[in-house]
Amino acid sequence: MWDHEIKAMASAHAIIASSIFMATVVPAVLVPGFSVYGAHLLWLYSVSGAVTVASVGVFWLLGVTPPSKKHTLGYKLSRFFRSCLYFILSCLFFHTVVVLYGAPLIEFALETFSLAVLLTSLTTLRCLCVLGPNVQAWIRVFSRHGAMSVWDTCLQITVACTLVGAWVGAFPIPLDWDRPWQVWPVSCSLGAMIGFLTGLVAAPSWIHYHRKQLTYKCK
Amino acid sequence: NNLMKGLPLLSLLTWMCAVYFVGIYLFVSGFLLVRLEVNRTSTCGDVLEPGEEPVDFCRVQPRFRRVVLLIIDALKIDFARFDPSNTTPRQFENKLPVLEETVSSWPSHSRLYPFRADPPTTTMQRIKGFTTGSLPTFVDVGNNFASSAILEDNLIHQFGQVGKRVVFMGDDTWESLFPKKFYRSLPFPSFNVKDLHTVDNGILQHLYTTMVGNDWDVLVAHFLGVDHCGHRFGPDHPAMADKLTQMDGVIRSVIDRLQNDTLLVVMGDHGMTDTGDHGGESQKETDAAIFLYSPVPLFLGSMSQSEPDVVPQTDLVPTLALLLGVPIPYSSVGQILLPLFPPHGQTEGAVGGLSQLEALWINAKQVNRFLETYSSMAKDIPPDSLSQLKDEFSRLSSEYLTTVREGQLPSPELAASLQAYLTSVRDTCRATWARFNPFKMGAGLAILAFACLMCFILSELSTVLIGQNGPGMKALVVMGLTVVVTVAAGQLLIQGYVEVAWCLAAAAFSSELHFLWRAHRSRMSAVAKNGSKAPKWVSWLTPRRLLIPPLLVPLLRCASLLSDSYVIAEGRVVTFLVFSLALYIPIHLNWNGLLLPPSHDPLKSAGLLPSSALSPSTVRKESSTLLACLGLLISSLYLSLSFHSCREEQGSCQPSPFISPLSRLQDSQLKNLHYILSVVSLAIWTYLLRRCLRHYGNLNSSSGTVFTARWILPLLSVCLGLHWAVSATPEDSFRNLTELISLAQLALPRAAFCLLGLGLFLIWLDPLTVFVKTKTGASARSSLPPRYRASTGISPQAELHHLIPQIYQRMCRSLDDGELSVGSEVDGRPAVEAYGLGTVYSAPLLLFCGLLGIGLLLLHPEGMALSFLLLLLEMGFCTLLIYSHLVLPSGGFNVPWTPIVLWSLAATQFFHATGHLPTFPSIQWGAAFVGFPDGHIGTILPGSLVTLNTFAAQIMFAVGCPLLLFWPLVCEVRGSRGGKAFREEGEDAVMEMRLRENPQQFSSALLQLSTRYLFIHGAQVFASVCAAAILRRHLMVWKVFAPKLMFEASGFLVSSMSVLIGVTLVLRVDQAVGCWFKRLIPDISR
Ligand SMILES: [Zn+2]
Ligand SMILES: [Zn+2]
Repeated sequence: MWDHEIKAMASAHAIIASSIFMATVVPAVLVPGFSVYGAHLLWLYSVSGAVTVASVGVFWLLGVTPPSKKHTLGYKLSRFFRSCLYFILSCLFFHTVVVLYGAPLIEFALETFSLAVLLTSLTTLRCLCVLGPNVQAWIRVFSRHGAMSVWDTCLQITVACTLVGAWVGAFPIPLDWDRPWQVWPVSCSLGAMIGFLTGLVAAPSWIHYHRKQLTYKCK
Repeated sequence: NNLMKGLPLLSLLTWMCAVYFVGIYLFVSGFLLVRLEVNRTSTCGDVLEPGEEPVDFCRVQPRFRRVVLLIIDALKIDFARFDPSNTTPRQFENKLPVLEETVSSWPSHSRLYPFRADPPTTTMQRIKGFTTGSLPTFVDVGNNFASSAILEDNLIHQFGQVGKRVVFMGDDTWESLFPKKFYRSLPFPSFNVKDLHTVDNGILQHLYTTMVGNDWDVLVAHFLGVDHCGHRFGPDHPAMADKLTQMDGVIRSVIDRLQNDTLLVVMGDHGMTDTGDHGGESQKETDAAIFLYSPVPLFLGSMSQSEPDVVPQTDLVPTLALLLGVPIPYSSVGQILLPLFPPHGQTEGAVGGLSQLEALWINAKQVNRFLETYSSMAKDIPPDSLSQLKDEFSRLSSEYLTTVREGQLPSPELAASLQAYLTSVRDTCRATWARFNPFKMGAGLAILAFACLMCFILSELSTVLIGQNGPGMKALVVMGLTVVVTVAAGQLLIQGYVEVAWCLAAAAFSSELHFLWRAHRSRMSAVAKNGSKAPKWVSWLTPRRLLIPPLLVPLLRCASLLSDSYVIAEGRVVTFLVFSLALYIPIHLNWNGLLLPPSHDPLKSAGLLPSSALSPSTVRKESSTLLACLGLLISSLYLSLSFHSCREEQGSCQPSPFISPLSRLQDSQLKNLHYILSVVSLAIWTYLLRRCLRHYGNLNSSSGTVFTARWILPLLSVCLGLHWAVSATPEDSFRNLTELISLAQLALPRAAFCLLGLGLFLIWLDPLTVFVKTKTGASARSSLPPRYRASTGISPQAELHHLIPQIYQRMCRSLDDGELSVGSEVDGRPAVEAYGLGTVYSAPLLLFCGLLGIGLLLLHPEGMALSFLLLLLEMGFCTLLIYSHLVLPSGGFNVPWTPIVLWSLAATQFFHATGHLPTFPSIQWGAAFVGFPDGHIGTILPGSLVTLNTFAAQIMFAVGCPLLLFWPLVCEVRGSRGGKAFREEGEDAVMEMRLRENPQQFSSALLQLSTRYLFIHGAQVFASVCAAAILRRHLMVWKVFAPKLMFEASGFLVSSMSVLIGVTLVLRVDQAVGCWFKRLIPDISR
């Protein structure tokens, strides 16, 4: 039924995943002494940037984003600025949530914020790409009958995987193993990343196997 | 007869709790070994031999003047042995050749023996073992519960008594065990297991210089490197080889520096498993090594004399004591190491030494004296073996005394039987104190597991079980009693005495099985009655049903109890979980499409969503209330984190400044600030309670409860505030008022206790808060019969049915602040207004909780007022959340899992947020002295005060548990979704009266709520019991898991009692309401 879209989704996800891979490998080649644990913040920024660029590019090319009603430059610009604003607000939101979950308030503020940026670029950015800057629509998508296209379902799956991954990533922190990946926020960002990658794989395959049951009211 | 209706419910809950208690009791009695400490010390006069002229034992020239004790932590006997034929030694083999070389070149100067420890094989318990000569257990009940110092008689104390200078260096555990007992002490931190060298290098810097100096008599050096290396790398690792080689060098250098009057003892305190851990009772962990050496001949007996195969660790104490000429410590049960003493008649070789027989006699006398003292204090040694030992001693002593008096040469049998006597005493004591009892532990585990299962089934089947004429409590009780009698009789016949633990176990187990069978049967009959409506066994236990987030969270919580790191970080872990669950609520709601108003698209709102009947504005309002509650809940959760205290394992943690009492604060400005904060929180607490009651019209009548709310509650707060002020006053600031202040310190808390008692009693006595007002209409046509006369002639049941909604209809209008109803009577007939009937159940309960909270706050440091306020707020927001969570009440009043889990985790969370920790040193003993500044006579009152202080959060949340059931009904009146739904059915909002209309559902919901609450707590107890059982040889078992188990178990005890209190109070209110209706109907309508 949506074979075409599933294929498009799979290839889009492949591009995003490979961009993450490149964002890990390229600095390792270019920057001496780079490692995911050692220069964690650098890795975080490079991955966030790569995912941002790849997602925006891929979704723009695919034309998933709802077409804006007006085609004036001003409207487009305001849309763009609103997107940027939402991005930053979402970073702040994630930062607050992470702090409430127990992250140190002052001591590792930069690390926490970087994690928030990563989470934003993995989740909110996708929402922005698929749904546009419309918080009502975002909230609606995450309900049982809220998905109105394959892309919405895909969004549900990847976002849930990412957040659950980050949540599970907090579990090893209290253990007294003294491993480099237990340092804040390495395990959480790794968890989020693993969750995201899982989501990238899981979404097209889940949709593929459940394509008979899926019905969308609109579209 | 209303209370009678509640009786099956209460008895079922009581029985449930009793089964849990039996399980906990069985496990704990098999796991925690308890011994009474004997607080008596030996003196030099004790060791006089009868029949000779009095000689001061301590003045006699001893065999050795000085001793060097080199303790190499975890020096296993395998490490100490040397096998020259082994050509490919493993990392830990053949690394201490010095021992074997010395033994073979000077056989009369040295020996190497296996040195067997008694479990628990942890360092601290072992140090206790080889200094007191006793068998340490987990709980050495004595007066030093709060500190770890050894108060029992011990070698170090005895050395000090005779003026020997004890110099200590090494593991700082010694410093906490023997504070201020050393002549000189160089402790080094032992906590970091990863650090192999700090302690050892620290010792080595000072050891040799101290040895060549002359200002010591006893030198104790405790090396930790080998043990830490084992924990970190395991025994078979190159690091271990290095460490052992280093120790080899140390022993060599020490031997080189020894003088003739000095004895060298090199020993390990315990062994290690193949993974390098210890704590348990396997031979690998218990068998350490002991090496004895002296530059002068030490072993004077002929080589043919029997050598012990293994030396128990307790034996070091009497041996060292007699060799160095100090009395054997009072509670030692060891026996002297015979080869170190010359046989009778050969004492000439050693200066001032005791012969074997003399030493044995002194030893036996001391052990017998200890045994007599101990058996007069405690009854845990079996009486038949005790009397056997006594007879044996009196026989031996008369034999010995005649031998000595007649100057005969003692027979060798006498020494042998003295030895046998000492061995049997030690074995008896060990059997009593130092063994886990795996059968009891297993039985306790099984009973607890079944109890959890039962609790779960009971909560799922509550409707069926309550509906069918009760779950057959009588049968359960009869069954239990029969089994107890049978088992007791059987035990009497077979063993001759009764063991209560096993009788209880059998009773609990049989009643559990009986219950399961009954539950199965009643479910079957329910299925038969209404087809497929009843739940199926299989359908509950599928992962789909069990792995929903509200059950996943307690599962994670239970799993976290199995790891020491998580137990150490428990406060944060629980907050994390509570927070996750709180966030789950809006996400879940949104997933069901209930958070956002349905969109106006006609295509979509075509009846897909159940709430689509609600207007968008209502939904939006409710959602924003929900989100606001959530935000406040989360912020109070976050704030509560700042009241945590710190465990010693949490290195960089800073305890909250609010935990220390105000009187300890130096800065007076800060003190004032803290005081004002506390008083303001207290005032807000009081205000909130009264405001809430007034809001629902519960402050109008003249009952006891209302009196409590109006007068006792504020008075109690004032009392508390004054008490804080008085206790925070610096002692020297008002010299002329000293007497007044001390009087106030005594009187204020006592007055508060009395007020609290009075208030709680009044609530119990007269819990109704309903004020009925018969109002005549404006036209004063009072001759007309009141409206509810319409129901005359129908059965009272039906009358009740009609009456209540009418009362409510009136009452609803006059709800806010109990104002008179605004709407004029349409027909002008008199109407009945009953203020506060809608919250008739929750009002007394809320007030009860509030009063109790202030009472518990009295036992805490002043700063905790803030935390208690947060607790109250969190309780409120929790209940508000639930109400929103329960979007549509579906028939019964069942409370879903999410709020209950939230509620019970919040109890644990606030245990931490009120400054408590599951460790013994963190118990706030100060609570025992609130109102009793001069101490107590008994132990019950201070014990219960400390318990109340420790488990304040558990008590509050457990007593308030039924609020979860009432709140959704209370909220009905606020034009809510649920209320809307009801009104549309053409009914009146009757709030909690709905419960009276369906007594069956009411009691089943109450049962379900309390069993679910108990289930979550019971599962936590079960998890910590499992942790203690599985990890009983873990490094942290006595530091983390065993205390956690104790706290979890006593917390469960307190929680279940409080749940029972809460449920009983609800039933009492129910009874009172019943009486009230009975009075009302005949009075007015007949
Ligand atoms: Zn040790
Ligand atoms: Zn150890």
